[in-house]
Amino acid sequence: MELTNADLDAIVLTLRLATVVTILLLLIGTPIAWWLARTRSRLKGAIGAIVALPLVLPPTVLGFYLLVALGPHGPIGHITQALGLGVLPFTFAGLVVASVFYSMPFVVQPLQNAFEAIGERPLEVAATLRAAPLDRFFSVVLPLAKPGFISATILGFAHTVGEFGVVLMIGGNIPNQTRVVSVQIYDHVEALEYASAHWLAGGMLLFSFLVLVALYTFNQSARIRRS
Amino acid sequence: MSIHARFRNAYADFLLDVDLNLPGGGITALFGPSGSGKTTILRCIAGLERAASGTLKVNGEVWQDDALEIFLPAHKRAIGYVFQEASLFPHLSVAGNLDYALKRVADTAHKISMDQAVMLLDVGPLLPRMPERLSGGERQRVAMARALLTSPDLLLLDEPLAALDLKRRNEILPYLERLHAELSIPVLYVSHSPDEVARLADHLVVLDAGRVVASGSLADTLARLDLLHLFGDDAGVMIEARVDAHDDHYQLTCLGVSGGEIHVSRRDAAIGQMVRIRVLARDVSISTSAPIPGSSSILNALAATVVQMTTAIDPAHMLLRLDAQGTPLLARITRRSRDQLGLIPGSAVWAQIKAVAVLA
Repeated sequence: MELTNADLDAIVLTLRLATVVTILLLLIGTPIAWWLARTRSRLKGAIGAIVALPLVLPPTVLGFYLLVALGPHGPIGHITQALGLGVLPFTFAGLVVASVFYSMPFVVQPLQNAFEAIGERPLEVAATLRAAPLDRFFSVVLPLAKPGFISATILGFAHTVGEFGVVLMIGGNIPNQTRVVSVQIYDHVEALEYASAHWLAGGMLLFSFLVLVALYTFNQSARIRRS
Repeated sequence: MSIHARFRNAYADFLLDVDLNLPGGGITALFGPSGSGKTTILRCIAGLERAASGTLKVNGEVWQDDALEIFLPAHKRAIGYVFQEASLFPHLSVAGNLDYALKRVADTAHKISMDQAVMLLDVGPLLPRMPERLSGGERQRVAMARALLTSPDLLLLDEPLAALDLKRRNEILPYLERLHAELSIPVLYVSHSPDEVARLADHLVVLDAGRVVASGSLADTLARLDLLHLFGDDAGVMIEARVDAHDDHYQLTCLGVSGGEIHVSRRDAAIGQMVRIRVLARDVSISTSAPIPGSSSILNALAATVVQMTTAIDPAHMLLRLDAQGTPLLARITRRSRDQLGLIPGSAVWAQIKAVAVLA
């Protein structure tokens, strides 16, 4: 086995980060996606664009602004310091916050598509059957949007596992804190440790491939079941 | 028990402006061409849509009153709603769909039990199936059972048969009649099919372009000449008739109506039973002389008086309203025939009936 302890630490940290971020994203992304799917507000375009920005921005740009905002003189930095949380850059918590922004579109967009596909009718039916709004969401929307939730979970998790630029900008390279697999690979390559880099890079490649195979297979069988 | 509804709202394509006093029992049909606002009225009553200005009182309970800023949300209204297209939850089995309704109503408010609903609509064998494995007719039966399980004070049916073919439609109609006969829940039934309306309704509301053009008992409203353009070729009357006798030799059944008797193909019905028949205006012709026995193949002729005449949409035709000693009839004849026969209101004529549809 060519994996060092430092490699294993990086893998564990990456999985921990992706798990925390995915859970947070499902909690935050669901109401945002619901609002985007239902609203007729003129703000819809602007909010949708903000959520989608990480799709087109270089991660360094996103990371730079987050660094400034979360830093000791930034607006969020002031708040976290006032709350006694200190400053977030170069901590695991800071990495979580950055990753939530970075992976947001990968969770919100599949959810929004799933919510839009449900349409008004099942909710109206539930209302005529005496289901109150929250009841309608849990008894009708959640089960009908299940494929969307599965896609969102897989994509959010995989995308967080694969991030690099934002981590470098806001997390740096602190073992067990912010040194995730992608950063560890970078370190190996810098040190010309190609064999070690191969193990991690190959692992990432395999992981990403399997995730996408699982996702596409699932989507296809869901489509067949629907038709 | 009664329903009073007044809604006013400007929609993109029409202005809804209705004031309805509906009976608190039986089946009331909301009839009109598409775009006349009938589904919108139903949705406003259900609380799925909110008319900009409106009041709605059901059973003395205020569901909407804009002056008092009252608007009861849909899930707090004691209605059962059946949508035009299948609306079963695809993630739940038939039993799951029925349970969904049952468990959201307090036990003390249950007026209809699961067993009763399952029996009334014959959905027992379907219970373990998923909605995608049901035919269109089966889905609508489940949807109706589900609506009943909310123990509604008012049942709203939005063209529940429109998405079905003729065969399936005829499978469902008996179930609707059964609901009518066995439950005392008032029903509002939206339809654009004159046949369905004539067969099911007790009370008829005719809508056109967002307004009520007529509201009254079915028989009276169907016989009104001024509404006939809305029914087109299907204009005709509905008559309640009594089964008087059967003729086994010729396989005919004799129905008694005030004003005479009408023979139809042998029906499987008990003597004395009441049936609804429908006679279309285009199936009634006029003769000024009494039929001579053995001179015509037409079986049914009733002595009648011309009450009123109007031109039909087709300028070659006239529509006549006749009174066959208490039985209203409509006849469609050509304007030329009217002139040749010299018909005027009050003329005594014979109405020759070429075809009779027995409903149910």
